[in-house]
Amino acid sequence: MTAAAVESPRASARHAGADARLTVADAGMGTSVQDLGRPGLAHLGVPAAGPADRRGFTLANRLVGNPENTPALETTLGGLVVTLSRSRYVAVTGAPAPVTVDGVPVSEPALVHLPAGARLAIGRPWAGCRTYLAVSGGVEAERVLGSASRDSLTGLGPEPVRAGTVLGIGPARPVPAVPLELAFSPVPGGGSMTARFRWGPRHDLFSAADRHRLTATAWRVSAQCDRVGARLTGPPLSIGSVDLASEGTVRGAIQVPPSGEPIVFLSDHPVTGGYPVIGVLTDADCDLLGQAVPGDELRLVPAPSATPRRSP
Amino acid sequence: MTDISTAAASTAATTAPASPAAPAAAAAADRAVLRRAGDRGWLIDCRALRPAQLATAIRERRWARELREVVPAARTVLVVAEDGAGMDRLAARLRALLDEGAGGPGRAGSAAAPRTVVIPVRYDGPDLAAVAERAGVSPEEVARLHTEAEHTVAFFGFAPGFAYLDGLPEPLRLPRLTSPRARVPAGVVAIAGNQSVVYPGGTPGGWHQIGTTTTRLWDVTAEPPNRLSVGDRVVFRAVGS
Repeated sequence: MTAAAVESPRASARHAGADARLTVADAGMGTSVQDLGRPGLAHLGVPAAGPADRRGFTLANRLVGNPENTPALETTLGGLVVTLSRSRYVAVTGAPAPVTVDGVPVSEPALVHLPAGARLAIGRPWAGCRTYLAVSGGVEAERVLGSASRDSLTGLGPEPVRAGTVLGIGPARPVPAVPLELAFSPVPGGGSMTARFRWGPRHDLFSAADRHRLTATAWRVSAQCDRVGARLTGPPLSIGSVDLASEGTVRGAIQVPPSGEPIVFLSDHPVTGGYPVIGVLTDADCDLLGQAVPGDELRLVPAPSATPRRSP
Repeated sequence: MTDISTAAASTAATTAPASPAAPAAAAAADRAVLRRAGDRGWLIDCRALRPAQLATAIRERRWARELREVVPAARTVLVVAEDGAGMDRLAARLRALLDEGAGGPGRAGSAAAPRTVVIPVRYDGPDLAAVAERAGVSPEEVARLHTEAEHTVAFFGFAPGFAYLDGLPEPLRLPRLTSPRARVPAGVVAIAGNQSVVYPGGTPGGWHQIGTTTTRLWDVTAEPPNRLSVGDRVVFRAVGS
């Protein structure tokens, strides 16, 4: 009797897919494993992490039939090249980029059937910066505190993906028939990007002139722009140094250090901060900023302060 | 204006003299304030209330299931709701809790009694002599002051497992190092301002290193990963070097 014969059906199903692997030939400028992160641990100093563009990430998983929280790859500014040991459907979403299989351009990268051994290459995006690669069945990676997300601030989670990294792949899932013309997520398209925000929690520490300047300025995303946050450049606000004890912060917080040039927090932001937060991007527009590249112009527009109330 | 005064209006406070919350609510300047923090967040500016106790009181509520994060800090508690939770309803619930005086002095005994965690320390840190000199005492006296004080876990921040411990005695209070060290290993006991910390490991650090402990207070493979919780009392005990 073989060992496999005494395993439960579930265990043998897992065993059957155990040799399905993804091998990274080139990781480009920066590639990491992400899932939806580790929310709920901020009170222990643990950032939530997760994809910089959550809509792009969850879309990739949905396209290949995975639950939204399945680990997938986030690559920044393209350059990722992978092969699979088994044929699988894969999805490429987020920042639109040229995709080739064995050098042949793919016309519709949102859903690709990738043969075993074929080289899938993601080039430099035409717009935005973060492209997602999901494999039907998901990639298998170490989970730390319940999540396979690499957190660039604290180093929690799986090691950064490099050339030569080999990741297991879970059992293939049925791929749903999603109309691919609907399968896109917004990314900045060059020109000026508009992000909505809510005032607060510390906007009342700023002068009326500073609050006006925040919304009137055409900010630029500086080169200091990563998964932790994006520093904006422009005529600085005059807030200067404020005596504020560290307090909890959220993704999308527009924090203003004494230099007066705002920093917008992204996925790997620290859980507390001591600089005043003048406003917070809407959840939807956090994804948009997660796609911003240095030099992009950003306009900040106040969102309606409350959702419209229905009449009783 | 997004700020919403949370405590009962002063008229309500004066018409309810029997309420234990009334003295706290009476001083308008001490009223906690709810500040909007994005689509899903409220930041509670605690004023006279204690963030650690308030966070505990929030977590004990049945509706806390709708919350993704409850993050007490030095003077605030950040509450982040799960997608789909009603933010106006959450604000009303938080205001009701604040009106009850949760987190106030009158409710000090309401939460579970805080635990006491004893941490053995070898007082042999590279900054011990400099701290002693600036405090005008001997290195042994630094250790004595540090071990005799009662420290309390105020909040976590900066890095996973980085617990800010309040209660550093006055003579030992110093500003941070002018130049932080690039990487501080786990178990280093350090002080700055009115606080102490046991470094969780792998972070830079600008605090004065006075000793080390072999006790693991933060372990990502443990469940839960933290041995300290907000509100716990910490006693440092000197061990021979």
